[in-house]
Amino acid sequence: MPETFFGWVAFLLDQYGTVLIKGAVVTLLLAIVGTFIGCLIGLVVGIIQTIPLDENDGQVKKSVVKALQWLLDAYVEIFRGTPMIVQAMVVYYGAMSVFNIDMSPMFAGFLVVSINTGAYMAETVRGGIESVDIGQKEAAVAIGMDHFQTMRCVILPQALRNVMPQLGNNLIINIKDTSVLNVISVTELYFASKSAAGVYYKYFEIFFITCVIYFIMTFTASRLLRWVESKMDGPKDYQLVEYDPMMDPCGHVPLPTKKQKGRY
Amino acid sequence: MENRELLVSVRDLKKSFGEREILKGISFDVYRGDVVCIIGPSGSGKSTLIRCINHLEQPSGGEILYRGQSLKDAFKKLTLFRTKVGMVFQSFNLFNNMTVLENCTVGQIKVLGKNKEAAKATAIKYLKHVGMDSYVNAKPHQLSGGQKQRVAIARALALEPEVLLMDEPTSALDPEMVGEVLHVMRELAQEGLTMVIVTHEMAFARDVSSRVIFIDQGVVAEDAPPDELFNKPQNQRTKDFLKRFQN
Ligand SMILES: Nc1ncnc2c1ncn2[C@@H]1O[C@H](COP(=O)(O)OP(=O)(O)O)[C@@H](O)[C@H]1O
Ligand SMILES: [Mg+2]
Repeated sequence: MPETFFGWVAFLLDQYGTVLIKGAVVTLLLAIVGTFIGCLIGLVVGIIQTIPLDENDGQVKKSVVKALQWLLDAYVEIFRGTPMIVQAMVVYYGAMSVFNIDMSPMFAGFLVVSINTGAYMAETVRGGIESVDIGQKEAAVAIGMDHFQTMRCVILPQALRNVMPQLGNNLIINIKDTSVLNVISVTELYFASKSAAGVYYKYFEIFFITCVIYFIMTFTASRLLRWVESKMDGPKDYQLVEYDPMMDPCGHVPLPTKKQKGRY
Repeated sequence: MENRELLVSVRDLKKSFGEREILKGISFDVYRGDVVCIIGPSGSGKSTLIRCINHLEQPSGGEILYRGQSLKDAFKKLTLFRTKVGMVFQSFNLFNNMTVLENCTVGQIKVLGKNKEAAKATAIKYLKHVGMDSYVNAKPHQLSGGQKQRVAIARALALEPEVLLMDEPTSALDPEMVGEVLHVMRELAQEGLTMVIVTHEMAFARDVSSRVIFIDQGVVAEDAPPDELFNKPQNQRTKDFLKRFQN
């Protein structure tokens, strides 16, 4: 048996490395799929919550939209206002005892993470849409776009760009918080670690490894998303297509070419 | 005067926000080739008036006519009328998520249903017109205020509207950039583009406009050719207002 802390770490890695990696894969899968579906839910809910109503709309449209918005508000409040660990229990055991549905823990896990993320993202998307300058919408309307075109071409691209940091945030939170799904026996990283630690009673050593794995996952996710954001912003500078005479009020002076630059 | 082509008429236009009536019955006609400058104290409802013309703001009373017809009769959809009256805003409002070129093509493609190539050719033509064709690949946040406003003018022109509405197009600009935008507007006027311009640039209104409308307290206080309005104002309120611009 190993004598030192790092000796134990090496030993446990050798013994349980694959178990932990498998757990990490499940964790990533839950976090990525859950965040993705959650974002789709959030997008739809956020868009519905920001549908504008004015005097010209018919009574039917008004009542339908209002009812829908009320329901979605309730969804957002309930899922933001209760812990995910409790939601997992309610969904998993509730489905079994009330609806007689025996869903797999994994499926319940995907469901809970998606719906939970959806509630947070709905608020984020709503904020993203509302934070786009009203002038953008007015300019779109003024060139003859309808509500749908305005949203699709002008508002949503800007709103989604604003929402990107929050999306990254949610992914990182989900990588960590899927650990609560161990209560319904989802074999994610925390569950795998707990099982492995129990064998030799080496909790500190195992969870030290677990800690490092979680950090590697969240750090990579954070850097990856930052890179995606910078890609979305496009190039920082632009190339002039030709010389612009209005740039220079003194008249036509040829722009210095790259070669000439060295002389100054 | 008789056979000039009537484009847009404002008929007894009223607009209230809540209890406050901002516009109290405004009427005037815009004929092809007119350059109508609207002047007046701030808060008098000039922006509200110009926004009511393309129904960015829903009028509370009265009506906008297109070639003498109500908009309902003349157009299947309000959006089609909006392509006939371009709009240039004080704060530019270029689409931040698009390049200069995309700003000028998106309306042609999405609203007029033109193909990309044709839209691009038209966009470049009007960007050249305002001296911004070299900047097709730039994003709005990479441009100066004057450049943004010139692109905004090109964006509006790219739909080839019959009337161009402008709401204080130079008011948000640094002083050294006012000139380049006024220069473009002058050229457009000389080429015969029909424009309705809210402005505080009195020299521009005097030189370029065919008519000046002075709005005060929600009504047209005076409506006259520029030399009459500036040299022999009839209304006491016009006189007081103009005095503030003499130095
Ligand atoms: N959406 C709005 N809601 C309430 N009041 C408004 C709104 N828009 C403009 N107003 C009011 O209408 C008046 C006229 O505004 P505006 O048309 O912008 O004047 P101007 O362009 O001549 O300076 C102002 O007193 C302003 O506060
Ligand atoms: Mg104004």
